[in-house]
Amino acid sequence: MGISRRRFLTWIGAAGMGLAASEKSHAGSLKHFEGYKDSMGVLHDMTRCVGCRLCEEACNKVNDLPKPVKDFKDLSVLESSRRTAPSAYTVVNRYEIPEQTKPVFRKIQCNHCLEPACASACFVRAFRKSQTGAVVYNPNVCVGCRYCMVACPFEIPTYDYDEPLTPEVRKCTLCSPRIEKGLLPGCVEACPKEALTFGKRKDLIKIARERIAKHPERYIEHIYGESEMGGTSWLYLSGAPFTSLGMREDLGNTPAPSLTSGALSVVPMVVGLWPVFLAGMYGMTQRREKIAEEEKEAAVALAVEEANDLAEEKLAKALSKADAEKRKALEKAEGEKEKAVKEALEAAAKPSDDSGEAVKGGDE
Amino acid sequence: MTNDTDLKPRWTWLTPFNMIAGVIVIAGIIVTLIRFTQGLASVTRLSDYNPWGIWIGFDLMVGVALAAGGYVTSSAVYLFGMKKYHSAVRPAILTGFLGYFFVVIALHYDLGRPWRLPYPFIVGWGTTSLLFEVGLCVALYLTVLFLEFSPAALEWLGYKRTRELAHRLTIVLTVFGVVLSTLHQSSLGALFLAAPSKLHPLWYSPYLPTYFFVSSVIAGLSMVIFEGALSHKAFHDKMSKTYLEEHDPLTLGFGRAAALVLAGYFTIKVVGLAADNNWHYLTTSYGLWYLFEIIGFVLLPCFLFAVGARDKNLKLIRRTSALAVAGIVLNRLNVSLIAFNWHLPRAERYIPSFMEVIITVFMVTLIVICFRFIVTRMPIFYEHPDYTEHNH
Ligand code: SF4
Ligand code: SF4
Ligand code: SF4
Repeated sequence: MGISRRRFLTWIGAAGMGLAASEKSHAGSLKHFEGYKDSMGVLHDMTRCVGCRLCEEACNKVNDLPKPVKDFKDLSVLESSRRTAPSAYTVVNRYEIPEQTKPVFRKIQCNHCLEPACASACFVRAFRKSQTGAVVYNPNVCVGCRYCMVACPFEIPTYDYDEPLTPEVRKCTLCSPRIEKGLLPGCVEACPKEALTFGKRKDLIKIARERIAKHPERYIEHIYGESEMGGTSWLYLSGAPFTSLGMREDLGNTPAPSLTSGALSVVPMVVGLWPVFLAGMYGMTQRREKIAEEEKEAAVALAVEEANDLAEEKLAKALSKADAEKRKALEKAEGEKEKAVKEALEAAAKPSDDSGEAVKGGDE
Repeated sequence: MTNDTDLKPRWTWLTPFNMIAGVIVIAGIIVTLIRFTQGLASVTRLSDYNPWGIWIGFDLMVGVALAAGGYVTSSAVYLFGMKKYHSAVRPAILTGFLGYFFVVIALHYDLGRPWRLPYPFIVGWGTTSLLFEVGLCVALYLTVLFLEFSPAALEWLGYKRTRELAHRLTIVLTVFGVVLSTLHQSSLGALFLAAPSKLHPLWYSPYLPTYFFVSSVIAGLSMVIFEGALSHKAFHDKMSKTYLEEHDPLTLGFGRAAALVLAGYFTIKVVGLAADNNWHYLTTSYGLWYLFEIIGFVLLPCFLFAVGARDKNLKLIRRTSALAVAGIVLNRLNVSLIAFNWHLPRAERYIPSFMEVIITVFMVTLIVICFRFIVTRMPIFYEHPDYTEHNH
């Protein structure tokens, strides 16, 4: 597959699929991946489809799937609407369109999106958009979370719920093993009405435009898959409105990875800014607490100091008061002493008679 | 849940609690055996249209949201300076740890090949996937919670040195915990950004990650109150004076905080509704269901919490916390199951099987059993006598 280097570089950014070198994540940016140049696809022209189910049968055969209960020739299954299943990678449904005499048949299988939702959703990269255009699945790494099934807007992937040990996600492979050998996809080869055309996607779009231009009365002027969800490798032409065929027209043209890229780009912000903010919060709390602590300490110290001062003052006052009192007391005592001495002396001087008397008395 | 005597640890085995738990555990083990020998189809009603059932919608989505009490409480106490609620940290961390642990266990039931759970980090870094971010953050956060919880276990075991080491990491772990929780709580909502065509527009919004993060704070606050009230009845004898003293102010404080966050949540919900101009959906049946959620489980608890906080009505706050928790459960189920695949005909919609419900009940029961085992042995509601000072 001839790829120029410049082209190659523009693929870097495809949603985590592709070559080893281009495994950089796309989802983080908003760059739109327009598909590998020259990648293949299939055009399903529903105006040609007759609902013979030969494609279903071929698909069953090339993929070695278990034989269904009702044979592929039994068209009664078209009575009910079916979806893909682990044992049926493709199914054909019949739609009765009001105001149209003939029913329309639609073949359902994986659309092999250019930017597959399944691949961007898978957390172990089990899906890869290969250069052939096929979205291929690797059962050897799949964990079985089934987020791919949640994400696929076309409700395509199925799961082996019955398998206890080796369940796999199952879906159309675009017959990638056959394409690589140069063979046509099984369903395309089997189609007797050329309702399926295999080719380069860009050529298929040209073909589809030409058909619409040539038979505007026959077709709705829209190629389903050209831009739905960013574009798909499988393209559809129809004569009846696509919604009446169970095909959603409200999906928009935004490729799946851009739906989640915004949320993913927030991650580095949270990782970068949150700790700074939280550390700041913590620091502030600590500081507030420290200041509070310090203030408390200071207040306590002040109070203690004040109390001390007060106590000292009181003490001093008390002391000085005590001093004065002591002095007074001493003075008083001194005075009293002097007085007493004086009195004593006086007494001693005057009453020599007294004492004589006493002695006298004593002698008596 | 049960009254005092039922939950009280006693060594006579035939308590009503033990009998009910026993029956659930036996049923759980039987379904577990079927699940792992016969495959998912034998026990679940999962289909190709409905790849996720209640094991994701309830066990993972609700489980992670309700386990948010751990990061909410530890950040409030250690980072935002509400030390007065210090005694609430350990029970909250324990619930968080058990919650996440059993989220991971439940995930093993749901994954097709659970033994490959580490593959995203070994084989293929699917960094474009939000599920990768969820997986990585949950794995790391479980480790953080384990480390945050370890001091209690180490005190119980008597490993003083290791305990000191673990204890010293508190602040770093708390910051990590908040970062990781912000990321994976919001990413759980962001998972559904990938499916705008399947989730009803009233629930789908570019703000889904923000909604999930903000409501996880509500879940965390309400769960701490709610669980505190339950524990109060069951493990009163295990609670220290400090815990009991701090309990009422905590209920009041968290109730007030929950009222505020709920008011904020309501506002951004309305902003989202206006931004997408989704008003016209309100008159449809999904619209009524949406209004039921927003009025009954956001606006009403907001109002009741506010009244309770104003009147210091602890009983009202406790009851409101149950309402708020129910609101989170309803919201997560709405986003992941009820409003998901709303476009499908009724026959294709998912209704859980009886055995799926058994596993979910089994998980919840195991959490309660483990919680009971731990709080009756380890220093959760009280401080270990050897490590009494609060050194933060
Ligand atoms: S249709 Fe679905 S399964 Fe197929 S490539 Fe697109 S997203 Fe993947
Ligand atoms: S089920 Fe498998 S392929 Fe699908 S997202 Fe999960 S791991 Fe990937
Ligand atoms: S391309 Fe191959 S796998 Fe896909 S539907 Fe056709 S036959 Fe089946």
